[in-house]
Amino acid sequence: MNLFRLIEKEIRIEMARMAVLAGLLLYLISTVFILYVSFQFRQNLLNAVVWSALFWVVSFFAFINAGAKSFIGEKKGTDVYYYWLVSPEALLFSKIIYNTLLCMVLAFSGWLIFGLLLSNPIEDTLIFSLLIALAATGFSSTLTLMSGIASRSGNSHVVMSVLSLPVVIGMLLNCVKITRNCIDGLGWDASQGHLLVLLAINVLLTATAYLLFPYIWRS
Amino acid sequence: MKRNWWKILSVVLLVYTVLAGLLWDVPRLSILNETIRALYFHVPMWFTMVLLFVISGVYSALHLGRWGSAAKTDLFAVSFAHTGVAFGLLGIFSGMIWANYTWGSPWHGDPKQIGSAVSLLIYLAYFVLRASVDNDEQRARLSAAYNIFAFVAMVPLIFIIPRMTSSMHPGNGGNPGFNMYDLDSTMRPVFYPAVIGWMLLGVWITSLRIRLRQIENKLEEYEDGF
Repeated sequence: MNLFRLIEKEIRIEMARMAVLAGLLLYLISTVFILYVSFQFRQNLLNAVVWSALFWVVSFFAFINAGAKSFIGEKKGTDVYYYWLVSPEALLFSKIIYNTLLCMVLAFSGWLIFGLLLSNPIEDTLIFSLLIALAATGFSSTLTLMSGIASRSGNSHVVMSVLSLPVVIGMLLNCVKITRNCIDGLGWDASQGHLLVLLAINVLLTATAYLLFPYIWRS
Repeated sequence: MKRNWWKILSVVLLVYTVLAGLLWDVPRLSILNETIRALYFHVPMWFTMVLLFVISGVYSALHLGRWGSAAKTDLFAVSFAHTGVAFGLLGIFSGMIWANYTWGSPWHGDPKQIGSAVSLLIYLAYFVLRASVDNDEQRARLSAAYNIFAFVAMVPLIFIIPRMTSSMHPGNGGNPGFNMYDLDSTMRPVFYPAVIGWMLLGVWITSLRIRLRQIENKLEEYEDGF
């Protein structure tokens, strides 16, 4: 019950200050616009490798910005309030689920913006959508935990990217690989194994985050 | 003397590794030729690195579980991670020298090279995290949590993904590194002692680091006392 309340609270706060969400979307649009301007007359250079790498780099930095604010930048004293009110697990999962939704919104809008300004070479739409859903879960559970750690250090924003980047590279490489398969239209057989690995990594990282979060929260 | 038998064992094994590793017969394989001897020096670096990171992770878990003294488990965790990174760097550089002669250039973006580079990045991030938290207790707890999480994140990177993609490392497919000397068992009598020797050496270096740090801490306390 608490969990749903907390998620509802996150969504309400987000709706109340649209500036953050709008800022993230604007970040996506301006990044893709820069790509559009750079590639303007050389769209042919935008092959499968380049498209998938660009898509994931752009989305990943949007994810970091989205994930960072789950604990960094919360008003002073809020954490003490939560500490008395809810269990750390409920808090963690509410943030992870909310961030997953947010990352999915970001990735799907990123896909749309890429399609509008550059091109949409994805052939296996279904697999790619599944990939986005899986990636959003994995990234959000990692980034939520990292944000919890980083929020307790000095210069949190630098620490946030330093901590999360190496941890998610494995996931990111997998995403790029599957995206390439989706662009080439290789179908299920080619991507199945990689999707399973991604799922396994997700489960592994979420479980670890679940185990570790209470210790971070206590301090 | 009784407690130091493993240090003597380490020295004996490593002297044996260097002598036998450089002098004994090895299988003649095309391309690899004499560079096959890198097996005794390059591969044990990774085994030792993984062992040290595992020990570091175990101490971090002990720290979170409040087993033993908090300051001690934290010191052990960070010291094992330090030595692990040193062995990882040696592994990368020895591999680059080897690759220069067999693949033609030091860096090829091989999945294993990328995996090892990323795992070193993870541990460097661990040190950055430690440097950016001021409170001792908080630093110990946060970095312990990150250490465990990082180790879990590293496992697919160096154990699973390299096995799924094609790699230029010898003996790729199945268990990386092991197929190579399955071809010829003349290398086993040197390889196994080499692994044990290097592992013991890693633990030994770490124990020296820990003792040095403990003395430094004592001295600091002593000076603060006045």
